[in-house]
Amino acid sequence: MAQTARERPVASGRSLAGRASTSSPAPDRLGLRAQRRRTVSWIIGLSALLLVSIVLGVGAGAVQISPVTVAKIIGHHLIGWPAEVTWTLPEGSIVWDVRMPRVVLGIFVGAGLAVCGVALQAMVRNVLADPYLLGINSGASSGAAAAILFGFGAGFGQYALPISAFLGALVASFLVFFIARSGGRVTSIRLLLAGVAVGYALYAATSFLIFASGSAQGARSVLFWLLGSLGLARWDGPLAVVVVVIVGTIALLTIWGRRLDALAIGDETAHTLGISPERFRTVLLAVVALAIGVLVSAAGSIGFVGLVVPHMARRAVGGVHAHVVPVAALMGAILLVWADLAARLLLQPQEIPIGIVTSLVGAPFLLILIRRFQAESS
Amino acid sequence: MIRAEDVSWSYGDSLTIDGISLEARPGRVLGLIGPNGSGKTTLLRLLYGALKTKTGHVAINDKDLRSMSAKATAQNLAVVVQESVGESVMTVSEMVMLGRLPHLSTFQRASDHDEDIVADCLERVGALPLASRSFAGLSGGERQRVLIARALAQEATHLLLDEPTNHLDIRYQHEVLSIVRALDTTTIVVLHDLNLAARYCDDLVLLRSGSVAAAGPTSQVLDPQTLTEVYGIGVERVESGGQLHLLFEPLRSAMAEAKQS
Repeated sequence: MAQTARERPVASGRSLAGRASTSSPAPDRLGLRAQRRRTVSWIIGLSALLLVSIVLGVGAGAVQISPVTVAKIIGHHLIGWPAEVTWTLPEGSIVWDVRMPRVVLGIFVGAGLAVCGVALQAMVRNVLADPYLLGINSGASSGAAAAILFGFGAGFGQYALPISAFLGALVASFLVFFIARSGGRVTSIRLLLAGVAVGYALYAATSFLIFASGSAQGARSVLFWLLGSLGLARWDGPLAVVVVVIVGTIALLTIWGRRLDALAIGDETAHTLGISPERFRTVLLAVVALAIGVLVSAAGSIGFVGLVVPHMARRAVGGVHAHVVPVAALMGAILLVWADLAARLLLQPQEIPIGIVTSLVGAPFLLILIRRFQAESS
Repeated sequence: MIRAEDVSWSYGDSLTIDGISLEARPGRVLGLIGPNGSGKTTLLRLLYGALKTKTGHVAINDKDLRSMSAKATAQNLAVVVQESVGESVMTVSEMVMLGRLPHLSTFQRASDHDEDIVADCLERVGALPLASRSFAGLSGGERQRVLIARALAQEATHLLLDEPTNHLDIRYQHEVLSIVRALDTTTIVVLHDLNLAARYCDDLVLLRSGSVAAAGPTSQVLDPQTLTEVYGIGVERVESGGQLHLLFEPLRSAMAEAKQS
């Protein structure tokens, strides 16, 4: 009896670890298994929340469709169950042809922005880094502006906009990359500076294109695109490219989790752990630049997701990137589904650019984070 | 065994490290000492390949460092560097688990065996009770012990440390170096404090502006006259209980110079 009484304070001091050590055969001396279990619980919970969000997100809109009907239609298309059609033709079309591609695009754009944010914050060792810091979105914007205002890439037909945007993103990535490499080594500070410089230069180029076109309607379209929208989503659009690239990016970054951990600590530490920091940073830059280029081409610049979600994910599951990356992907996906819902519903029938919604939510959230951070460090 | 032969390195035009040769023998602790800017840390970085030598070469167990991959180097050579961990939110055991990185392939998960090694290494530095604490929340002395545990988890036969006692109070300085002393690895440690060097190193290399001013067994290198020449300070050597102690006194000439300027 006396022994259990003595043991109790130890167990209650750290409840998760304490419980783990009594239930598993070998004691979890390092607390690593408790950490893993916590991550798995987060992934299961967030996946469930994502499913609910999809059903709600697809059901809501000018025409309300009940969650049950939505679930049935999605199930019918994905797994062929239920086989019998119990909904009207317009309902089926709204859910599967109009809203579903939009929600799917939102999921992958949100997930992609979040994991690219995680990778960039590790790469430049700065928790205020976001995917747009590399100036890649400015390049995409210039491409998009050229397409909207001057019919650039008209030969690509309906894909002129995403393809021009992607070409712009590619140009920006190469510029950033070569400027960052000009000293021979891709250091985090050089990468930051190159990104900011290229970003400003291309932002100026976009502004000049708008100014030179003299078209008010065109300027409005460009602005709308700059603020981000999922409105271009269609099954036959660039959606498949987005899905493939983002799934690949999430997988790679999760697999590279330990390397990201080391790089996030510092170049010297990474080197002593057998990783060439410059080479790894170069490879990461290529992966992230491709992902961001594809995302921005498909949905414009949606701010704050890549900045804020990594913080939320780290707060939930700690600092190990193999845990942070999948959790951030799910959080980013959920956040964007809800942000898109708000963008569509708040000023119905007018649609607000989704970037405005994410920034409105993101800015106060960041302030809360900063206050907490100050409170913890003092 | 780590051997450096005629190693040079320069930053811009000035030669920062000028033809240094040294040898760290198995199981012994070699200290690198010298005034600020004499090239101790630069030399150490050359030894673990963070800097590439301009001339000469470094060999680990008679294998040229340049011919070894980053991973192979990390399997043979563990380093405790002076680097702030930024805003890392890793736990202590996750931090030490990173030491297993050189032994795991990209797709490999850390096994029970790796966990046992991590636990063992934490135990050896007396940090096992800290295992699930946040690394960022530790004191300086605790952090240094955890970083040594991470280096141990690399299971390398060679250990390099860059001023491991920096910013530590006197008790932790001795604690950390006692841990290092008790290891059976070949160790090279950069130290500022000559009395700590006297107590914990078998051999010393004394550097002065990028060259070797003296090298050899500790008691031989810590010669008052040599130290006065290199550091510009008066040195008195006292031996008590088989232990060497150094007492320092500012030189009159140096004080007069300081007063004049």
